[in-house]
Amino acid sequence: MRNTRLIARLDIKGSNLIKGIHLEGLRVIGQPNEYALRYYEQGADELIYIDCVASLYGRNNLSDIVQNAAQNVFVPMTVGGGIRSIDDATHILRCGADKVAINTAAVETPGLITDIARKFGSQCMVLSIEAKRVGPDRWEAYTDNGREDTGLDVIEWVKRGVALGAGEVLLTSVDQEGTRKGFDISLVRAVTGEVSVPVIASGGMGTPEHMVDVVKTGADAVAMADILHYRRATIADIRDAARNAGLHVRKYTNE
Amino acid sequence: MQDFTLESIQMNEATVIDYGVGNLLSVSRALEHCGARVTITSDAAAILTSSRVVLPGVGAFADGMAALKTKGLDAVVHQVAVAGTPLLGICLGMQMLFDESEEFGATAGLGLIPGRVVHIPATTTTGEPHKIPHIGWNELVLPAECNPLQSGLLAEVEPGEAVYFVHSFMAVPASPEFRLADCSYGGIPISAAVQRDNVMGCQFHPEKSGVVGLKILRRFISS
Repeated sequence: MRNTRLIARLDIKGSNLIKGIHLEGLRVIGQPNEYALRYYEQGADELIYIDCVASLYGRNNLSDIVQNAAQNVFVPMTVGGGIRSIDDATHILRCGADKVAINTAAVETPGLITDIARKFGSQCMVLSIEAKRVGPDRWEAYTDNGREDTGLDVIEWVKRGVALGAGEVLLTSVDQEGTRKGFDISLVRAVTGEVSVPVIASGGMGTPEHMVDVVKTGADAVAMADILHYRRATIADIRDAARNAGLHVRKYTNE
Repeated sequence: MQDFTLESIQMNEATVIDYGVGNLLSVSRALEHCGARVTITSDAAAILTSSRVVLPGVGAFADGMAALKTKGLDAVVHQVAVAGTPLLGICLGMQMLFDESEEFGATAGLGLIPGRVVHIPATTTTGEPHKIPHIGWNELVLPAECNPLQSGLLAEVEPGEAVYFVHSFMAVPASPEFRLADCSYGGIPISAAVQRDNVMGCQFHPEKSGVVGLKILRRFISS
């Protein structure tokens, strides 16, 4: 039995950690590094940084933030938002990232998935999908924080992305994101049923029980933001809840 | 006031071999966090005069060995090992310490620890297919016949503490005496850490393994 990974997700706008609802109405939470360090010390298995506005401006502002985090954070870091080329990926990996998450550029140039997987290994290439429900058991992939409809069916797109070389999927439900109402369970079930690579469920975690539900559905990892940022639970609380529900999580004791 | 004698400088010094492969920055930052003064270099003289040496690495075994040989660093690593200088291989860096790998046919390694590097079996011990590469946090366990965890590199690590792995191949030491710790993947025991005198290796990434990884690096720095 593999350990379920508990991942802290930090959405960034400019130099700030932010949080929205349905990926919109962004509120400033604070300084990213302060939160990154707190989650690392609480025992987060990984961190995910997403630059929320990078695609709008065609650039990524995370270099400094990631470089700073890498001084004190010694768990794997995934970075996404505005990564459009092998050069962008190389740059952010040199800043201390271990994996890159790609959404917009993968939709526009699917071959980039293969290029990154070949150059850095598929474990480094995370396909980021913003899924919006368009019908019963049907979702479409969006870009730019759930604003731009790509017209791609999520299930078809995830299968294609994995075939092209994606080693992991960051699956964000736009409908559930920021609502605290739980993950889109049927979305996670539909995606994990179709691909063999690890799937990170993101969007909607309001209580530790939501994490248990989505892991039992098939998620390999959960990304958490709101619940941590607003201090409604610590990673230790969530780890305990996972263990009590019979899930395997990393044994963690702080120094 | 701290007295910076030659001895105290040597105490904290570590050299990371730069042969064009691997995540040198993460390893260096983690070593620095543990109090080391880190030099990243491909210069033979600097490596040979260092009081401890790290051989990092990611990617394919043959590429890694070829990169070392191009710069004559395979011979340098040999000299480091023979001189008794603490040497730590990480991930591919650990695999290259062994005699050979079956990745893309057979490729000779550095031959510092007897044993081979083989594919992680594609199925679990009960015959179920499982995901390769082996990625994620996995617990360190004591091999059946092993060097006790409580000595050497892992002296401060408790069995059951988890570390972060990313790999498709695994080292199989020729003798259990070289195994410091294993992890279990689909029931298959994988060599997680090895040691032969001053030559040590971690299959996992201590620089990405949180406080457990830092304990291991701190131990190495004080070796």
